[in-house]
Amino acid sequence: MVKSNKRKIEDIIIAVICFFFILICLLPMVNILARSLSSAQAMINNRVSFWPVDFTWESYFYVLKDSAFVRSLWWTALLTLICTIISLTITILASYPLIYDNLKGRKFYNGMMLLTMYFSAGTIPNYLLMKQLNLIDNPLVLIIPNCLSIFNMIILRSFLYTVPDSLRESAQVEGAGPINVLIRIYLPLSKPVLATLALFYAVGRWNGFSDALMYVSNPKYAPIQLKLYQVINNRSSIETAQQEGFAAPVASEGLKSAAVMFATVPILLIYPWLQRYFIAGVTLGAIKE
Amino acid sequence: MKQKRSGRKAYLYIKRTWTLYLMLVLPVAFALIFRYLPMTNISMAFKDYNMFKGVWASPWSDPIFKWFQKAFQTKDFWFALRNTLMLNGLDLLFGFPLPIILALLLNELAFKRYKKFTQTIVYLPHFLSWIIISGIAKQLLAPRTGVVNILLGRIDVGPINFLTEHGLYVATYIALGLWKEMGWNTIIYLAAITGINPELYEAAEVDGASRFRKIWHITLPGIRSTIIVLLIMNMGRILGSEFDRPYAMANDLVMKVADVLSTYVYRVGIRGMQFSLTSAIGLFQSVVCVLFLFAANSLAKRFGERGIW
Repeated sequence: MVKSNKRKIEDIIIAVICFFFILICLLPMVNILARSLSSAQAMINNRVSFWPVDFTWESYFYVLKDSAFVRSLWWTALLTLICTIISLTITILASYPLIYDNLKGRKFYNGMMLLTMYFSAGTIPNYLLMKQLNLIDNPLVLIIPNCLSIFNMIILRSFLYTVPDSLRESAQVEGAGPINVLIRIYLPLSKPVLATLALFYAVGRWNGFSDALMYVSNPKYAPIQLKLYQVINNRSSIETAQQEGFAAPVASEGLKSAAVMFATVPILLIYPWLQRYFIAGVTLGAIKE
Repeated sequence: MKQKRSGRKAYLYIKRTWTLYLMLVLPVAFALIFRYLPMTNISMAFKDYNMFKGVWASPWSDPIFKWFQKAFQTKDFWFALRNTLMLNGLDLLFGFPLPIILALLLNELAFKRYKKFTQTIVYLPHFLSWIIISGIAKQLLAPRTGVVNILLGRIDVGPINFLTEHGLYVATYIALGLWKEMGWNTIIYLAAITGINPELYEAAEVDGASRFRKIWHITLPGIRSTIIVLLIMNMGRILGSEFDRPYAMANDLVMKVADVLSTYVYRVGIRGMQFSLTSAIGLFQSVVCVLFLFAANSLAKRFGERGIW
């Protein structure tokens, strides 16, 4: 009896510690949300902490008035969709043939792909390549050069290995070719893993920054992270408009918070739906890390 | 006769597998063009780049290691190298143990729903970009208007310039790295913990072992090999460098501690057009990284673990 009481107290202490971790993770985001919904006056007077003061949508409206920022949001959404579809397709193409143990050249191919995980050409040689291929300032540079992640390929391959060979063999006996087997057996079974990979690819593109910074100077093709970087560091048209007196005196801090929210909310929206899948996905990737 | 049969065999093999090879065409082309072809541009590190001649026609530099010598004589390069090692080292020192502790805590959490909820929340920061996180941090930690300094002001502390003083910048940089990845990195340990035989816990229960003793004698030894492999592999990456994180967080006042190899190469190479010098630095970094990884891998194997290849 005494023992179980002690256990209960321990359980509660652990729960409280975990609650602190929850607070640490959430409070910064809550603060930004509160700032984005507060009035400029409240922010100037330092009255905003974790709850909106003088609730207003003003900051959001001012961000939405910046047509370059809004266009960048749509452009990034489109880019993310395209990249996810292309990347998933290529990842399937790259991993599926590997489950055929007797495929000649399989080892060589595998080694060739894995090697790129450990040795890459480097920033400057890659930049020079984009120049040679005329991809600088071409929107394709945001899609093709990173359309296959070897890490994701390993995740999918590890999953495909877990599908029993007997399923494939019985289909082959009935005369199904590799493509048929892929479509009829493997793809339906790997839906959860594909969902995980789609999440990884989509988040990767949505959050992608350095490729745009290095390869894209035309503001038309600037993805949202590049725009956000400019807003945060006061190099954006919103800021200019405000300094020139076009906009009402909204504290630029509120604008920044709202801009951060615009880049964050899409991730927050898809994340809970895919959470149950990605844990299995990550664990699979670790098998052959 | 025999030849005919093997010819027939080859024909059958190709007939059965050509679609598989067809599938591999795109991935292979991708790897060759975007991963292997740029490696030819590494030659830049040994050439005097001439914009009009391009990479191939540019003359070889004399002496051949000219740009490496030049890099090693540059003060900013040494700063960048030192900062890369320092920031990665501190990341390892603090970022490695915390996920293990958090995973143990989560594993001991008795309320299942609450455990799931905690996991959902602590995994979340992993999915935010460094640009977003730097945006949050810059507002949260602003000296006058940031909520941290407002709260500190109420107890008469500060204002503290978290992002513009050298020591504090480094601390903030490390802390934000912890914030982003501590939850995510528990996944692998939690998976390892589920692999532990539950009979061990039952036996310990019968013996009346306390919670702490069960963690110490069953859970930790159960994930020992995961810990060792991850630790060694992370040590192998000590000279690797991220780009977004230091680039998004740095500012002019802290360049001395914030500039790392990746940001230095970007600034001097792509912005400053010194392709040869920065190619040499990049090559130096890649080669040392690979050597470290090899060393780490054989170290892992010496510990009787599987390593990464």
